[in-house]
Amino acid sequence: MSHTLTPSPRQEIRRSSWWKRHQQQITPWLFLAPGLIFFTVYVIYPIFQSMAISLYEWDGLSPATYIGFANYVELMDDEEFYTSLWNNVRWLICFMLAVPLGLAIALFLNQTIFGIRLIKSLFFFPFVISQAVIGLIFTWFYEPNYGVIAPLLNMVGWDGWAILADEDYATYGIIFAGLYPQIAYCMILYLTGLNNISADQIEAGRMDGAKGWSLFWNIILPQLRPATFIAVVVTIIGALRSFDMIAIMTQGGPWGSTNVLAYFMFEQALSEYGYRMGYGSAIATILFAIMLVYITFFIYRMYRDEKRGL
Amino acid sequence: MFPTPIEKAAPATRFSYKIAVPIALVIWLIPLLGVMMTALRGPGDITAGNLWGIPSELMLATNFNDVFTNTPMWDFILNSFKITIPTMIGAVALSCMTGFALASYEFKGNLLLFFMFVAGNFIPFQILMIPVRDLTFQVGLYDTITGLVLFHVAFQTGFCTLFMRNFIRALPFELIEAARIDGASEFKIFWQIVLPLIRPAIAALCVLIFTFIWNDYFWATVLIQGQHAMPVTAGLKSLNGQWIAAYHLVSAGAIVAAIPPVLMFFIMQRHFIAGLTLGASKG
Repeated sequence: MSHTLTPSPRQEIRRSSWWKRHQQQITPWLFLAPGLIFFTVYVIYPIFQSMAISLYEWDGLSPATYIGFANYVELMDDEEFYTSLWNNVRWLICFMLAVPLGLAIALFLNQTIFGIRLIKSLFFFPFVISQAVIGLIFTWFYEPNYGVIAPLLNMVGWDGWAILADEDYATYGIIFAGLYPQIAYCMILYLTGLNNISADQIEAGRMDGAKGWSLFWNIILPQLRPATFIAVVVTIIGALRSFDMIAIMTQGGPWGSTNVLAYFMFEQALSEYGYRMGYGSAIATILFAIMLVYITFFIYRMYRDEKRGL
Repeated sequence: MFPTPIEKAAPATRFSYKIAVPIALVIWLIPLLGVMMTALRGPGDITAGNLWGIPSELMLATNFNDVFTNTPMWDFILNSFKITIPTMIGAVALSCMTGFALASYEFKGNLLLFFMFVAGNFIPFQILMIPVRDLTFQVGLYDTITGLVLFHVAFQTGFCTLFMRNFIRALPFELIEAARIDGASEFKIFWQIVLPLIRPAIAALCVLIFTFIWNDYFWATVLIQGQHAMPVTAGLKSLNGQWIAAYHLVSAGAIVAAIPPVLMFFIMQRHFIAGLTLGASKG
């Protein structure tokens, strides 16, 4: 009976030649399939789902009610939304300091003295540690009674100043903590960049009498453009994604003054303040729209480089 | 080299540079040194405000012992490993395949798919939070390590694909061509030619993903509720609530949580930095 199941030699040839002919068209899809399925299910599709949910009133359990753009209309009148948005702007601006500061440290360390490799990696150290841990460390630092800066505050006569409980300054306290690992990240990008600058061009510049600042400005900085680009992109994304530090250090407080869109969304959708999935999704959609500007810019640049054949 | 090598400078400048570097390093590491010093102390020093002076008693062993015996710290650490290692393997394996497909075949939509992976990398987590949490609920994986790992694998595939695709793209394509002419099947090309060549990329991605996932806090709070599956970042946060003003314990806990990624970094430093600075030097 079995011989009817095995293909005749002729069939086999045909099949293998079909496979041979189409192998190159089919193989990439076979290789792509697992990753693509995962990525679509967990990343691409949920983006659209979130956008859809933002048009509903939904507590996550009972059936959702379609309410059109009511969530967005409500957001426009929500004081907390504007506070969060403004804090995001403050994060964006202050976080940008990481780029020049990282460059400064990189320039300072770009030497070949004994032990410099170890020193560079110790400077990079803060980036390897979890933001949650950095957040805990700085919370304690700022603590007005037992904290590390308490003696300093006493010296200048500001004893008992609790930065993280001060509505006006708490956000800066968190951003300062956030800058710590971000500066390390920018520094390492610039160290790599500096390492790859062509020595010829520097020599040529020096021959032409360029020195110090003018050499840096006219010859070094333009060559560091790829590093600067990446440093700026990761810093912007980092600033807009800031969540861990806020969740650890202040939970958005005092009185919502350190909220950012990412945390505000979480608070609305998943915390004891209520399970407002629709409202949370509307906030997430707005945050997504803001980030899409940068993503589009980044992708456009990559596309341009691809077309140039890089 | 820029700035001018310090060896060419005057002896005085050279000397002051060599002094300045360690001073700058100590200032830079003050937050971390503070934690290390505090983990040595007893509660007495902390209430007395003795944070930088000589510890009145050395309590390092007691503090660590306290952390491990009175809290589920071991479980948190173990959970972190159970989350991090499968994610690392999964995301790197998937992206070896996607990266190979996108780098070495011409087909319609290739660039579009590639950019989709790239873009997915940069989106805010919050836009995924509700649907992913819902999906994880529906398949019965909420509050489990598996549920968290599945999501991490999917998300990290984006970054890994970007990395792998560019890495494979930079390999000499003639190797693949030659193998094709010799009649090697496409799978054989992947397995016997490409995989051995991308070993450095695999190493770099493994360290990076290990660190990223170990340090994740957001998804651990969204997809995990109980201590039985909680990784060390979320665990530390929950312990922080119990340890009010017990900064010697907070410090010991923070050190424990930081050790694995720090070790990983120092052992695999070259790969780590190569991975992180991808693109920082390309013209």
